[in-house]
Amino acid sequence: MARVVVDVMLKPEILDPQGQAVQRALPRLGFEGIADVRQGKRFELDVEGPVDEAALARIHEMAETFLANTVIEDFVVKVEEA
Amino acid sequence: MTTRIGVVTFPGTLDDQDALRAARVAGAEPVSLWHRDKDLKQVDAVVLAGGFSYGDYLRAGAISRFSPVMETIIEQAKAGMPVLGICNGFQILTEAHLLPGAMLRNNHLHFICRDQKLRVENANTAWTLDYEQGQEISVPLKNMDGRYVADERTLDELEAEGRVAFRYLDMNPNGSLRDIAGITNAAGNVVGLMPHPEHAVEPLIGTGGTDGLGFFTSILKKLVNA
Repeated sequence: MARVVVDVMLKPEILDPQGQAVQRALPRLGFEGIADVRQGKRFELDVEGPVDEAALARIHEMAETFLANTVIEDFVVKVEEA
Repeated sequence: MTTRIGVVTFPGTLDDQDALRAARVAGAEPVSLWHRDKDLKQVDAVVLAGGFSYGDYLRAGAISRFSPVMETIIEQAKAGMPVLGICNGFQILTEAHLLPGAMLRNNHLHFICRDQKLRVENANTAWTLDYEQGQEISVPLKNMDGRYVADERTLDELEAEGRVAFRYLDMNPNGSLRDIAGITNAAGNVVGLMPHPEHAVEPLIGTGGTDGLGFFTSILKKLVNA
């Protein structure tokens, strides 16, 4: 079964308080030198059948209508090598 | 004929009973609607109530937006049927693109619950006719994902067209851009807001006032005059 990954990130101009909270915690834990953190979502889709152009187009449509809200989020679709 | 106000119950909806009660207190006939039915039981208006439909998994309102009942509601809303989205209902309306923008986690990352002062910025929507332009009201607010965002162009457009229906007063409880608490579509039949008018319709509960009742009496007035 092939795996397709959809990475969803808040658009750069959208405030990400969750990422900021993580970033602020880092120095407390001894991890210095991280200027910014933004938190996103990763979907791993195990696809039945071949991941051809048509399958990818469907996944793109799925990401655009459901997995991501394109008002606030960007997404990237990647096929993971087996 | 009595005006029928439908209230949708999704799995995880919490405030449907309060919304039904508010409709009854205002003098309407409350009608329960189920998220898996496409049928709206011939209601005259629909309320999408607060709660955490589908656990807010993925994004608040994102999964409910694809419920069978929403297919009919989206179609009817576009045809002019009045729809009010409160809290989770507002989130569903933005996810359904019946209202512009999106709702995100509060900027302070905490759940918030308080009596919230609002200014009615648009008293001409189907749900605000019984208020005065600029009137200040107090209703409960309780949410985790209440931060309204939209791009600058959309915000400017909303302001220019008077579609910011409610603004937070005294404090901005969640980081919503331009203190926006609620908006309307261009036609004025679809309204969404984060605070909860349905919890402020009787003196015994909520804020102790009845500032929220106007939403439900407005829709009666609107439908009677329609």
